[in-house]
Amino acid sequence: MTVLFGQLFTGISIGAVLLLIALGLALTFGQMNVINMAHGEFIMAGAYTTYVLQQSITGAGLSLAVALPVAFVVAGTMGVLLEVLLIRRLYARPLDTLLVTWGVSLMLQQLARDVFGSPNVQTRAPELLTGNVALPGGLTIANNRLFILALALAAVAALTLALRLTPLGRRIRAVVQNRDLAAVSGIATARVDRTTFFVGSGLAGLAGVALTLLGPIGPTMGTNLIIDAFLVVVVGGIGQLKGSVIVAFALGVLQATGEYLTTLSVAKVIVFVAIVAFLQWRPQGLFTLRTRSLA
Amino acid sequence: MLTLRGVHAGYGRSRVLHGVDLAVPPDGVAAVLGHNGAGKSTLLRVAAGLLRPSAGTVELDGEDVTRAGPHERVARGMAYVPQGQQCFPHLTAAENLRLVADGRRDRAVATAEVLDLFPALRPLLRRRAGLLSGGQRQQLAIARALITRPRLLMLDEPTEGIQPSVVAEIQERIVELTRQSGFSVLLVEQHLGFALRVAERYHVLESGRVTSQGDGGVTAERDVRAALAV
Repeated sequence: MTVLFGQLFTGISIGAVLLLIALGLALTFGQMNVINMAHGEFIMAGAYTTYVLQQSITGAGLSLAVALPVAFVVAGTMGVLLEVLLIRRLYARPLDTLLVTWGVSLMLQQLARDVFGSPNVQTRAPELLTGNVALPGGLTIANNRLFILALALAAVAALTLALRLTPLGRRIRAVVQNRDLAAVSGIATARVDRTTFFVGSGLAGLAGVALTLLGPIGPTMGTNLIIDAFLVVVVGGIGQLKGSVIVAFALGVLQATGEYLTTLSVAKVIVFVAIVAFLQWRPQGLFTLRTRSLA
Repeated sequence: MLTLRGVHAGYGRSRVLHGVDLAVPPDGVAAVLGHNGAGKSTLLRVAAGLLRPSAGTVELDGEDVTRAGPHERVARGMAYVPQGQQCFPHLTAAENLRLVADGRRDRAVATAEVLDLFPALRPLLRRRAGLLSGGQRQQLAIARALITRPRLLMLDEPTEGIQPSVVAEIQERIVELTRQSGFSVLLVEQHLGFALRVAERYHVLESGRVTSQGDGGVTAERDVRAALAV
């Protein structure tokens, strides 16, 4: 029971990281139909940002606190650069975009190897996050996993509120729903695209910071997660965040409990089979945007 | 006001417009008439900036805007209501208007103005636009375009596919708008009678060319019908 609960919460925190990654993908994929394979490297950028900051800021707690906004900006800026330099020239050419961003992903991985070396590096976790929270019944929750969960939920809440209540959020939703109409309504769609890319990539940077609390930092750390994150977006349904939230946690828990009950590879197989079966049943994903005009 | 000169445009290999010349007089109404597939909507997409012409120019008040993006044209006083009662379906009616009004200093006044023009929208403001009827969505679409206080309004078949009871209402509003001073309209219409009643100039478009044009008014209807029948 105790072990199973531990696995369950591990799954939830994996889900939280997946969610941070998938939110960014859901934004860029939903708005621009761009499959950005380099999104995983923005995670890596966020993680290495934490590592670099810890070289100069010795307090682990302070460096983590500084790393969150800095990683967001670093990864976000990389996203904007990618959008401006490459992706915006390839809109409406999804296959080309996929190949180009995959190429960028490989280049960024090599760049990380050249700068930081191929072996993984590690950051020190702040003392506050190394302990456990004891729950009644002998159950425990690791502080770092609790922190990651809180971080992801805060990001979801902030993003949801921003999309719903701010002028920029309205513009983003308008561009997602009808790009041409948004343009002729006076919205500078290219600028909205760039901002979306900044926010989406920045969220991947946050995921990178979160991941430094769970394990080592390496050049290929993003690649392993990007596929899962894409699965979250596809299964969750495109064009809104609700589906991604549910599916991210479901996937995390399924993965972690599956891993506990069987082995890592078998757990992956179980997850993939479940997704294939689900998409047979609902090819459009968990939630879809439906309206009278489209019915 | 708006002048198109020798506009050629199309989608990929299929060419739709073959050298269209057209002028919307300042303060006036120009109508574009023609059968389905003649290129009427394509013409408006070029004028609005959604489609770049392969040749020819678009001028607004004598200034070349051929390379200006759609949102820049809106900033210069153009507004466009595309075909098919388009709106942002998952935003509320209020948000559909708010979106365009955001960042404008005259936001409150402009919003109140368009709601006075279409009072039927007031009770629907909190409803998602995708749940409105076709007629309601079209009123919202026109209101959305007017909130930027344009000097030129381009309407693509504003009454197509709308229940007859609302058609009269929308036509009346358009007539009201055309009477305002300092306001021009480029109207694409299937209803010849209505179009010619409000238009000072008409242009008949056939297979991407203007094949006949003349002054509007009810007496023009026979000429236009003859031109279209051929």
